[in-house]
Amino acid sequence: MLALFGGAALWLVVGSVLALIASIKFHAPEFLANHACLTYGRLQPAADDALLYGFCLPAGLGVALWLLARLGGTPLRGAIVPIAAANLWHLGVFAGLAGILIGDSTGFTWLEFPRGGSVPIFFAYLLLALWAMMNFAGRRERALYPSQWFLVAGLFWFPWIYSTANLLLATSPVRGVTQAVIDWWFANNLLVVWTGLMGLGATFYFLPKLIGRPLRSHYRVLFAFCTFMLFATWCGIPPGAPVPAWIPTLSAVAAAWLLVPLLVVFLVVRQTVQGSVKSNWQNTPFCFIGSGIDAFLLSGLMLMLMACPQLSRYTSFTWFGAAETQLRLYGFFALTMFGAVYYILPRAVALEFPFPKLARVHFWLSLAGIALLVVPLAIGGVVQGWKLRHPDTIAFADTTKAMLPFLRASTTGLLLMLLGNLLFFANVMGLTLHWKIALIKQFIAFVKSPLEPGSAYASPRRDKEAQA
Amino acid sequence: MKNGFLIFFASFVMLGGSWCGFVLAPVLQLGGQKQTTILNSSDVYPAGRPGLANQGLQVYRANGCAACHTEQVQQEGVTCEVVLTSSGTNPPAVTNAMSSLKLTGLDKNTADVIVDRITAVGGKAEIHITATGPDIARGWGLRHSVAEDFLYDDPVQLGSMRIGPDLADVGSRRPDANWQLLHLYAPQSVVNGSAMPPFRYLFRIQKIGGEPSPGALNLPKGFTPPAGYEVVPTASAQELAAYLLSLQADVPLHDAPFTQPPPVSKP
Repeated sequence: MLALFGGAALWLVVGSVLALIASIKFHAPEFLANHACLTYGRLQPAADDALLYGFCLPAGLGVALWLLARLGGTPLRGAIVPIAAANLWHLGVFAGLAGILIGDSTGFTWLEFPRGGSVPIFFAYLLLALWAMMNFAGRRERALYPSQWFLVAGLFWFPWIYSTANLLLATSPVRGVTQAVIDWWFANNLLVVWTGLMGLGATFYFLPKLIGRPLRSHYRVLFAFCTFMLFATWCGIPPGAPVPAWIPTLSAVAAAWLLVPLLVVFLVVRQTVQGSVKSNWQNTPFCFIGSGIDAFLLSGLMLMLMACPQLSRYTSFTWFGAAETQLRLYGFFALTMFGAVYYILPRAVALEFPFPKLARVHFWLSLAGIALLVVPLAIGGVVQGWKLRHPDTIAFADTTKAMLPFLRASTTGLLLMLLGNLLFFANVMGLTLHWKIALIKQFIAFVKSPLEPGSAYASPRRDKEAQA
Repeated sequence: MKNGFLIFFASFVMLGGSWCGFVLAPVLQLGGQKQTTILNSSDVYPAGRPGLANQGLQVYRANGCAACHTEQVQQEGVTCEVVLTSSGTNPPAVTNAMSSLKLTGLDKNTADVIVDRITAVGGKAEIHITATGPDIARGWGLRHSVAEDFLYDDPVQLGSMRIGPDLADVGSRRPDANWQLLHLYAPQSVVNGSAMPPFRYLFRIQKIGGEPSPGALNLPKGFTPPAGYEVVPTASAQELAAYLLSLQADVPLHDAPFTQPPPVSKP
């Protein structure tokens, strides 16, 4: 766990710093303009990928590993494999980000990592997913809990989409705009479907657990699970794209139907937590996960708006899309993962977080940060779209200028998020340090007392689990 | 929940369905896409970019230009205009027939009807098609972008954000390589108040040795290098400019028709 979450926390901070630098460039185009590797077109994808591949994916995998072990009633076996895979993953992210910054990006949105990054993370993912699946297959508790459907489907889906996209776009590229279609399909299935499956899987475990109430009801969740996969997998092709018309049309229809799973998820969450929000408001993991699921529903609605051809005229090619992506990745997925990590890590290593109060501060900072990032960008996006549609009266330079106040607010939001992420990083690193010190102490105690090995015998094994 | 197998089988089918729809089907439909003929001409389109421009596409990719620029012009419809080309043998009849008719801002069907009427009284007329929509009005292109425009590009850089203007047809709009280079070196020197960051790292500032280099930029006041120095574009800058000039989606096609404006005759 620590290897995955620790690296993830580091990439989270790295991503925030990159995003902040990229954002400052809007107010001062001259800022750091003399360095090729710090140009906006490299920083922005690097920041996005650091958040997605650096934080979201490993955090999601760590939570999935822990949840599948917990729900299956089996301890995690052979911790060395997940540790090795986690390190391979983080190495891949490092190579990928470095590749983007030196200009080796593939040029496909959300798939920018060059081969040096994409190959390691693909195999690291396979290892982790196989490990989780072996654990799942050997579970003692045979009956399935809804979270397990979501997690297993999500674990399985990433290798499929990632290998398809890399083979058809980077290794042996297909011709012409088919590239764009496959890239949109991949990005949608990673950003919407994968994060949706993993995030909802975690939410449906933690929400009932944290408030001590049953999930209502398993059948509704099953319905949401099926409809979500049925419709969300077809979204993501923007209306008006220069591709055969049936592709964006089909995508818009699927996006309209997305309302069904969104409504069902809303009902399930509402009936599960009804009346217990106030009494649990002091529980930081609950706050994180509760806010996360709200962001999931909101970003789903934004996705539907963007896919509707009548409304997309005002949102396409604007900041609105960026607002939706940030709300989904940070507001929904990262917040849910923060809640899960704050719950899981102390239990996995049997130690308390060194700065529990900072977790609370982290929550408020990230909530304020994401609001300051997303709300101005969404409003600004519509303003921008409206201005772009009035070519006779509004010059292009004016649309750019009109965005500046909104971008200023969003830069402030990014700064708050960076501060929050630093607190998260401090807590995770502090815990790791405590745990390592405890491990060394135990080891010394074990060496010093060879006559009674029983006392320290069980602990190294358990610690290995925690490390994974 | 005992039907674990059923649930996972169903999810496999649903996930795989989207793969068939948005990966397999487009590859089958567009994988063998070929050049198409230009409307009212026997020439084929696209001809493919010259080598320098293709290298420029790689510079475009490496520097993430698509983070701020799209390459897809959108269009909302077309408007037709009926233009009389010959009054035939009975000009008064044609003038009479046309006097009561609206000749501009028509849809295709109405325009066809009017042409038929004019033909019936012995005149000759043709229909001029103009694409409409905010992008077209901004001068970003003469028609919407179509799949053919990107046939030979790898990677295809459609982009999704218009922090800067659309570039699908920038080569027709700004055909001067020198302007492109000045704009890359110091955007504010040619576009007042531009928010684009300068790409100075694609240029070399060097001491003038004897004669000034032939490729050195002729910068306006306020952007010039220190005296005795000159700004010379690197190979990457030249390639990128060549790529930008090669972005010309300006021919009418069957699925994106328009009537080319007649060449301006010089007196």
